[in-house]
Formats: sequence, C-alpha cells, structure tokens
Amino acid sequence: MSNHAHAQRYRCQLRQPAAERKAETHPLTWRLRDDGALIGIDDYRAKSGYTAVSETLSRLSQNDVISVMKEANLRGRGGGGFSAGVKWSLTLKGEEYPRGYLICNADEMEPGTFKDRLLLEQQPHLLIEGMILAGYANNSRLGYIFLRGEYIEAARAVSQALDEARAAGWLGNDVAGSGFDFDIVLHTGAGRYICGEETALINSLEGYRANPRAKPPFPGQSGAWGKPTVVNNVETLCNVPAILQHGAQWYRDLSGDRSNDGGTKLYGVSGLARQTGLWELPMGTTGRELFDLAGGMKAGHTLKTWLPGGGSTGFMLPEHLELPLDFDSIGKAGSRLGTGLIAVVSHQQSVVSLMRNLEAFFARESCGWCTPCRDGLPWTVKLLRALEQGAGEQGDIEMLDKLANDLGPGKTFCAHAPGAAMPLESALRYFRDEFEQGVRAPAVEARSGSAHPI
Amino acid sequence: MATIHVDGQSYDVEGGDNLLHACLSLGLDIPYFCWHPAMGSVGACRQCAVKQYRDENDTRGSLVMSCMTPTTDNTRISIDDDEAREFRASVIEWLMISHPHDCPVCEEGGHCHLQDMTMMTGHDRRRYRFDKRTHRNQYLGPFVAHEMNRCITCYRCVRFYDDYAGGKDLGAFGANDNVYFGRHEEGMLESEFAGNLTEVCPTGVFTDQTHSEQYTRKWDLQFAPSVCHQCAVGCNISPGERYGQIRRIENRYHGDVNRYFLCDRGRFGYGYVNRQDRPLQPEWRSRRGEDSVSLDVDAALDRGGDLLRSARRVIGIGSPRASLESNHQLRELVGADNFSTGINAHEQACLDLMARLNQTSGLETPTLRDVESHDAVFVLGEDLIQSAARIGLSVRQAVLARREDIAAGRQVPGWNAEAVKKLGQDQYHPLFSAYPTSTGLDEIARVSWTLAPDDIARLGFAVAHLIDPAAPAVDDLDEHTEAAARQIADALLSARRPLVVSGGSLGSLAVLHAAGNVARALARRARTGGLLLVRREANSTGLAMIGGQPLEWALGELQEHRADAVVILENDPTQRLPAETVHRALDQAETIIVMDHQRTETLQRANLVLPAASFAEGDGTLVSLEGRAQRFFQVYDSSYIRPQTRIHESWRWLHALRISRERYPSADIDLDAVTRACANAYPQLAAIVNASAGSDYRVHGVKLAREPHRYSGRTSMRANLAVSEPRTPQDADTPFAFSMEGYNGFDQPRRDVAFAWAPGWNSPQAWNKFTDEVGGHLRAGDPGVRLLAYEPGAYDYGREIPAAVTVETDQWQLLVLPRLFGGEETSSRAAPINERAAPAAITLSPGSAEQLQVSDGDELVLSFAGQRLNLPLRLDPSLVNGLIGVPAGAGPWLFGGAGASVTRQEARS
Repeated sequence: MSNHAHAQRYRCQLRQPAAERKAETHPLTWRLRDDGALIGIDDYRAKSGYTAVSETLSRLSQNDVISVMKEANLRGRGGGGFSAGVKWSLTLKGEEYPRGYLICNADEMEPGTFKDRLLLEQQPHLLIEGMILAGYANNSRLGYIFLRGEYIEAARAVSQALDEARAAGWLGNDVAGSGFDFDIVLHTGAGRYICGEETALINSLEGYRANPRAKPPFPGQSGAWGKPTVVNNVETLCNVPAILQHGAQWYRDLSGDRSNDGGTKLYGVSGLARQTGLWELPMGTTGRELFDLAGGMKAGHTLKTWLPGGGSTGFMLPEHLELPLDFDSIGKAGSRLGTGLIAVVSHQQSVVSLMRNLEAFFARESCGWCTPCRDGLPWTVKLLRALEQGAGEQGDIEMLDKLANDLGPGKTFCAHAPGAAMPLESALRYFRDEFEQGVRAPAVEARSGSAHPI
Repeated sequence: MATIHVDGQSYDVEGGDNLLHACLSLGLDIPYFCWHPAMGSVGACRQCAVKQYRDENDTRGSLVMSCMTPTTDNTRISIDDDEAREFRASVIEWLMISHPHDCPVCEEGGHCHLQDMTMMTGHDRRRYRFDKRTHRNQYLGPFVAHEMNRCITCYRCVRFYDDYAGGKDLGAFGANDNVYFGRHEEGMLESEFAGNLTEVCPTGVFTDQTHSEQYTRKWDLQFAPSVCHQCAVGCNISPGERYGQIRRIENRYHGDVNRYFLCDRGRFGYGYVNRQDRPLQPEWRSRRGEDSVSLDVDAALDRGGDLLRSARRVIGIGSPRASLESNHQLRELVGADNFSTGINAHEQACLDLMARLNQTSGLETPTLRDVESHDAVFVLGEDLIQSAARIGLSVRQAVLARREDIAAGRQVPGWNAEAVKKLGQDQYHPLFSAYPTSTGLDEIARVSWTLAPDDIARLGFAVAHLIDPAAPAVDDLDEHTEAAARQIADALLSARRPLVVSGGSLGSLAVLHAAGNVARALARRARTGGLLLVRREANSTGLAMIGGQPLEWALGELQEHRADAVVILENDPTQRLPAETVHRALDQAETIIVMDHQRTETLQRANLVLPAASFAEGDGTLVSLEGRAQRFFQVYDSSYIRPQTRIHESWRWLHALRISRERYPSADIDLDAVTRACANAYPQLAAIVNASAGSDYRVHGVKLAREPHRYSGRTSMRANLAVSEPRTPQDADTPFAFSMEGYNGFDQPRRDVAFAWAPGWNSPQAWNKFTDEVGGHLRAGDPGVRLLAYEPGAYDYGREIPAAVTVETDQWQLLVLPRLFGGEETSSRAAPINERAAPAAITLSPGSAEQLQVSDGDELVLSFAGQRLNLPLRLDPSLVNGLIGVPAGAGPWLFGGAGASVTRQEARS
C-alpha cells in the first residue's frame, strides 16, 4: 500500500480525462486510465493491443513498413524531428550485413521534459509493440530500452511488460508465428544527460564512456558493437503501432491542416503555470492553445518568456505563442520544437539566474570530449554567476555573445553545446538589459596593478 | 589523385586522406592536438578548424574540422579565413583556461606542442579571470612523471596507451571539465611503451622522469642521430647531451623502422653511459688482483704494443654489442684465424641459421613498417614484448589492421580512428603464438599455445607440411597438435600476406628450422609474405656476417695454451658462459687487453684497460635484425667537459694498437676509412658505406649542427676549469659539428637528422616537416641500407624433427626467458631500469612445483652445468610442466638446456 502511494505521488499528470481520449484521435493515450494505473497485457490486448504486430508481420514486407512510415511523416519526438521512415530506410539491411539493434532512447533527461515517463510507466506494451514493428522494419535482431536510471517506476513497469509480452509470444524466437525473431532487453542508465545523444547512448550501452561518436558513419551503418543500429525515442516508437494499424493517411490527417508533420504530440507545460502537466494534442497545436489549457500563469505572475521544448531550445516571447508548435514553425522563429514540453517563465523570474542554472546543468553534463563544450560551457557559467551577483565586468556580455556563437552547430563534436548555446543566444538577444544590470561600473583606476591568476 | 584548393592555391594530393593530413604533408601549417599521424583523427580538440566551400561560387563556406574531412577532388578550403582563424583562437583560449603559467619551470617547455600551437594561433593574453581547475598528480613509476594540471584533455595519452599499445592501467576518469588521465590508483605504469606518453602528450602532463633529475632544455642539448643499442631492432634515437652526460633519449623518426615510437628499455636504458664507475683513462695492472694505475694514451699504447709484440699468439674476442668497425679492426689486429665473435657456440649456431634462413627461405625480411601490413602472423618461440618489444608493437598494429579492412568495406576511411575501432570491434587478423608460457600478445592472439620448445618446433613442422606436402611430416602427431597445425596452415594460406616470426630467444635450432620450413612452404606455394627472426643484441646480425669462431673456441685456445694473449672488445664473456669457465681460461693468458665502456667482471682482470666509447661517445655501424646497416654518430666529446678522460671508439684504439705493435709512425684513422675497409673485407657488408653520408657531406657548404641554434652557455660551460674557452672539438669522422653552427634545417632533404626542429615547430611534431608526407618516409630516404638479399638456389627443408616432449620426473629443462627490463647487459646498469624490472624469480608450473614439493615464495637453489643460483620461486600457471623458467639477466651465465635441477634452500641451522 505504502509503495503504491509512493508511486502515485510521482506519477505524471495527463490532464485529459479518459472520456476525451479516443482511439481515433489519441493514438498514444487513449488506453490510459484516469487513475494512472499500469495497463497490463490483458487490458492492452483487449484494446486492440498487438494487432498491428500480428497484422503487419504477416502482411507487409520490411520495405512496405518503411514506405508507410515515410508517408506518415512521423518526425523524431526526442527533439531532433528527423523523419523516422527516412532513418529506417538508411539502415543497412540485407544478407551481407549482420542483423543489428533497435534501441529505444528512454533516457529522458531534457530539463522540463516528462512525457516519455508517462508512456513508460503506464503503457509499456505500446512501446514494446512499436519496437517490435521497428525491429521488423530494420531487420534488427535485438532491441534495447535504454532507460533513465532514476525512472525506477518505469523500469518496474517495463520489466513486467517484457515478461508478459515474452510469455505471450510477442517477443522471442518466431514472434507471433511470423518467423521473425526479436527480443528486447531493458538497460538502465547510470545518469548522464549525454546518454540521450544516440551515439553516446550506444557507447554507454557497450560499456564505454558516454562520449558521442563522429557521424558519418551513422548508427544505421555502424552502431552498437559495429552493427546497423536504429535509435528512436519512446514517443516516436509509440506512434508506430497506430500508424501501421490505421494507415499513413489517417495519421497525417490527425494534424489536419495545422501542420505538415503528421500525428499527435504529447505536449506539456511546466513552470509557474496554473496547471502543469501533459496533453496529447494534434501536431501543430499553437502555444496559445496549450498555454490556455494550462490555465495561464499562476496568480500574480505574467508570462515573460518561454522555452518551447526543453532546456536546449531557444527562448520565445509571449507573441510567439500564436505559432503552431511543430518542428518547422518553431524552427523558423529561431528556436527548436525540441520535446514540445514548454517551460513558462514569469516576469518575476530572472533570466540571468535561469540561464546560470541551465548552463550549470549543461556544463556539468558535458562529456568532456570536445574543447568548446568542455571548457567553454564552464566559462559561461562563471560569467553568468558573476553577472547574477552583480560582479560582471565590461566585456563579459560580449564574451557571452562570442561563446554562444562559438558553441554553435558545426563547431562542436555533437549537439550538446549547440543545445546549451541556443537559450543563451536568445536570452542575450531578448533580455540583454537583465544581463547589463549585472555589470558593475568600470573601475576608474587602470587595472594594471591587479593580480592575474597564475 | 585529387586536386584541392587551399586559400586559392591548387595542390595535387593523394585522395582519401583527411584534409589535415594532406595540408601538413604539403607543408601548410594548421594547428592541431588530438590528431596524431600514427593514431588518426577523432575530432575532439576542434583546433584544426578550416573554412570549407561547396564550390567556386560559395563565398560563405562553413567551418569544418580538417582532421575529420576527407580530401576529395575539388575540395575548396581556406586556412586563413577570418572566421576559421578566430575560432581556432577561441579553441586555444579554452584549452589554456586551466593550463598553468608554469612554462619556465615546466620540463616540456622548449619542445612543447602546446607552446608551438599557442604561438601559431596568436593567443597571447588570458581573458578568463576565474579559478582554474586543479588535479592531484600520481606516482607512475621511475620513467614517467605526471602533472595533470597541465592537461588540455586531448585524449592522445589514452588513445596511444590503450588503443595503440594495448595498455590496461591508464584511463580517462570523470567528465566535463574535470577529466582526469591517470591510473585508478598510484603505481608503476604497466605498459612497456609508457615512455611514448612523453612524446604523445602535447604538453607537460607526462614527462621523462629520468631526464628530470638532470634537466636541460631541448635547445641546450647536443644531439646526434643514433641507433638504440639495447636490442637488435635498430630503432633510431636522438640522444641529448649536456655537460658530458646523456640527459634524455627521444625518438628519431625512421619511416621504415620505429616511426614515432620506442620501447621503454630503449628510451630509459641509457643510464650506463653516465655511470660514475666507467673507465675514463687507460688502466694498467701488471698482475691480476693488483690495483690498477692510470696511464696516458701514449704510454698505454706503448705497453699495449709491447704486450702484443711479445705474445706468441693473440686471440681476439669480438662483441655483438660493438660496431662492425670495431669488430673488423679487432679481426685486423689479431688476424682472421685468431678472431672469435665472442658469442657462445649455441647462440652463434642460432645466428648462423637465422642468417641462412633469411637469405634462402624465399620470404623476405620485412621492415617494422612492413610488419604492420601483414594479415596473418605465426609467432614461434618468441615473447616479442620481452625480446624485441618494438616488433611486438608492430605485430599488434598488423593484427588490429583488420578493422581498417572492415571499415574500408563500409566506406569508412582508415584515419577515422574511433569509427574504425567501433565498427571493427574485436575482429582481428589472425595471430597464432606458441611459447612455453603466456606472452604479451596473447590477448589479441586468435590462439596461443603454451608448449615446450621441441613441441613448438613440432607444431611448426606440422604447419609447414600441411602447407606444402613436400615438407617433412611429423610422426606421431597428437590430435590436438594436428588440429592446431591445420588451423594455422589454413589461416596462413588464406592470408594475403602471412608473416612468420621466430628467433633465438629459446635457443632452439629446432624451432628455427620449423619456422624456416613454414616460410619455405609458404614461398613454395607462391605466397608473398615475411620471415622475421629475432636476434638478441644490437649487432648480432652484423657480427654473424663478419663471422668468426665462437667464444668457447677462444677460451679453449687460451686454456690449452695455444695462445697467450687475448684482446677483448666490449664484451664480458662471463655474461655468455659460466664465470668459472671463463676465469679458468683467462687465468692461463699472459696478457689480457680489454676495451669497454663498462666496468665489467672481465675488465677488472685485464692487464691493460682501454676506455672505449659507448654509443654516445663514438661512431660506428650496426646491422639490425632486419638486415639494415645503420650508422650511429657520436653525440659529444667527453674530454671537452672532463679533459682528463681518454675515451675513444674501440676501432680507433685497435687501430692505434696495431700501429704501436708494428712500430709504424703514428697515423690516425677516420670513420670513413675504417667503414670502407670493413665493407671491402666482407662482400655481404659491401653496401655499408652507403648507410649514411660520409664525413665530407655538407649542406650549403657547412657541416650539420649537433646543437640547436639557441644553444646557450657554451662559453661558460667549462668556466669552472678555466676561463678561456677552448676551441670546440673538431669532428673529422662525420659531417656533424660539435656546435650550434651549421645546418639544422628541414628544407634540404637529408637522411641524418640529429634533432627535429623547424621554425615554429619545437616539439617532436617537427618530424612532419622532414617527411615526404606525415607518417611517410624522410624526404631524402630513410637512413641505413638493407643488406639481406634473397639468394636463389636450392634450399632443403629442415628434416631433424624432435620427438614430442614428455615430462620426466628427474629431467628438468632450464629455459632462460627474455625480459625487457633487467634482461639486457648494459641497460641493466641503469638505475631506473632496475627499479622497473620485476624481481628475478625461478618460475615453475603449479604441477611441477607440486612434484618438486616446493611452493610459491620458497627460496630455491638452481643447479645447472655445475653452477648454482639462489632465487625465490614464483608459480606461473601458464608455464609448461617440466620446465624451469629463469628470467634473462638473473644469472648472467645462464643459458638454456636440459639437466637442471632445483631444490629448496635449507634454512641455516
């Protein structure tokens, strides 16, 4: 009882009642119960669970599956937004290549993001079904769920579901009598943000330091243990069963004319909003609609700025709430959709402090492989802390500008530092006055007498 | 071929390299840290950023890391582009954030890649004003010092130590800006190649500890091109001297031999040169056991001449650790009929057989670089990491190269190091090894067998027979050996280029014959491949070419009074035969003349001691085990700093002795003349005159400088002796001058390079300026000349196949197992080597120990050939039953054979 109560306390909050969630419109959450209880295999099966697997494996070839996925335009829900169908089409498959791995990236650690957790804790069979289908399409021999170590409740749910699925013949040799062999192993991570980067995740899975790998070669060419490997986010994989069950056109229609991206999205709100939580909404729902669902800001607060999808996305202004929350629209506005869980910032919060907090996280989570990230991020933290404490010096803001630029895309080994640079760059652009307040007046005396650190 | 455009200039380059490799090879300067020509690219440091343009219409371009970008035809880049330059300046600024301002007290200063790159990038002031990250340092053993605060986190150390050299005990710990490179706890670095960290590290995290105690900046050292004397591989080295002492040894790039890396015996084993007890002046002792008196040169030569004139017959004992020239001059002095090689008969038989096999097996003798391009390796009776470490490192690269083949099949270029490693995982080229115990390469071997020497031979004979049925078959082959032989034969036959490695370490002619049969069988099946045979000492191969009687013969002539005088050249016969036998024979001689640079047991019994030059004080030629004649050059003149010393090359002493004996008017000799005489005397050595430039070689009309042009303090170095500065010593033997005056540049191709320096490049990375492409060959050709040529003609298979080994309870076979540290005569006289060496112990298999009723740690007495040796027992679970293992150097006179016994040392009552 006490264990159960403890688990309840941490359960993710889906803010849509069951009555509102339909199979036709809410492919990710329609089976979920209002009490948040785990959907076991019987529940899942009763609600057409594993139908997509039995139908697809007997009816469609690997290439058919990939064509459907491409057409559905399911874009990577981990934040990258890369077409899952295109990714799968690039995986090396065929007699001359070994059967590789299908990895579910469940290392959800993006600041302000808690969507995968919902799916993992309450409906792991949907993920398993999606992984079987993805494994089939990619000719994978084995699946791994790389789960964030702190997601203990999710680990319990996933383990149980794996046992159930294996016992029911959905995993193992000859999946559901199809002749396709596939199994899934749960791997819990040791707690590094960088493990969410797919190649760092692979290195970590292999037992090495979680340093990213250079691309090319991409994981589809040489992934885990050198074999063709596909890494997809939890939410991405959870979309697959419905797409194959109902078709690409149905999936695209879910977002209607709101967005070119297909399907629904698990959106969320965190921060000083009246009601934080998660909503499954059509792709392309505007920020305003989502913000209104959250009831706006808490009493006494007004919206200063918001992050569209995690700590590694660029700040947006209140007027940007009118934009559809999809990959292209937010990208055009100079930020990234990221995970689609917006974080709202009140006028009573300091952007400098917020940035210092974010950059401290990114600096700490740098793997230490490439110079700009390893040594540049700690410098930004120290400059921000100085500004926060009113001990900034002339030139500090310009140095932050330069660092934000130097840590940008193409200059670092992976996307970690560019992710840290994006909020910094936008914060400096939108809220420069807050940074300037942290610079103390220039000393009258020349600094020639000051000691430099040796 | 590909054409690339760099800052508006077009260049033709080899396609498929990365841009950094291509640009550096073109002589263009791009700063870099994590890339290393032997270890490829990983894209970590971001220092080598350049601007790349899509085509001629692209004016914006984008930054790329040149090390991670392939050179394809029509690649357009700019190194000078403002954005690229500013980004590179940012990178160095980040790297310097926590780097201490300790250059003045840092031992890397003056040959520091980080200094060079910082200068190149123009970073000259620190804008970071916060606290620096600091680390604690570790004690890593006697060779390598650790100062982690200087680390710029380029990951080269672990990439070399773990990936390239197979080490296990150096790792990267921590994350973010707190990455620590060290051991999990303090302690001796275990790798035999740890010293390379001092050159691989771009700054002063890992420095040469042996240098530290007698530190001198690189620009204040005097260098000469030299050749390592600590084994037979012939690695090229750059010894640095100050105040008449060798201060450090740095790798000297040779495109076909050692390239960028040395073993730790070669790098840190030089201490014997600096020993205080070295003979510095001629010594005279009228009767054995008396104290010696010092003589001046003329008096010594007069006495020497008298002794030789009055002798009935003079025997000469040469040495495999002395130069060709010195051995030849000894042979000239005593006559060919009276010349002994100074090598014991058994080892000499092995050397002669190896020479014959190298010339007649039909497989060529590969260079070290060639070793790395073989795709199947069979090692018979050698633990390469102990007996010829640098070869072991190359064999490792050959085995690992399979990953590059796999990567090529997936369009991943070989320089993309991490991608190659991840794609290839543990897929290696096949390596098979047979040795009486575990070896340093077992970990990457497909199969390694522990077998007694005769069983190794039987396995080899069986392999040869399977490859070529005309090769003799092995009778009574058990099923296990048959299967093993089949597996090896199949792998060798299906290889593109198989390599057979064996040598004299076990002293087994049967093993060598078996290796020769495998090579011969492969050659007869028209396979291109290699046969590499390991010799023990620096000039073992060369001395075998000169030839002569074995050491036993020389001692016999003295013992039987057929000769009454002996001249011993840089040799301590007690290292090669039981001391008692040696002393008994020498006691019969009326006259013993010894020239050596070490105070050996034999030298102490000489009537006349002539102080010989070590490699540091003399010139000469050695022949390495790959049959390469290489010249080593005198580094310094010891009498400049210590005027009382009278050290000369042995060949010079021997020439002078001959002049004195014949009462010719004195006439000096120079290196060119003595080398030419040696070349003329032995057809096989005819080419040695081409091993390096002659003494008349000049660049721009001047000699080559031994000292960097910033060399300081010359006028005051001897001020404690006299305030007037004498003329610098003149070197008539070589094109080098004992001076900073002379040519030291890179633009005029030359083979003999004392030290690598180019404007802006003070670190060992300057070698890239001397090579035709980075990692390639010296532009003037690599030093030395190959002597081993294939001699076509009838060559029969070896047919003496030993019987299978059965363990007899009363018959124990003694095996002397080579060891890198402590197993070699001269380097064992260097203190750091002794500190590094594992304590000597007798090894037995647990089964043998049980039979003998002894246990681990017991003090044992080993009896063999009438000699006794006390050592503790160490159980070796890998060792074959019935063998007694003793590490080389534990008892100098030890050599392998049957009939040894061990007993527990009884506690004294």
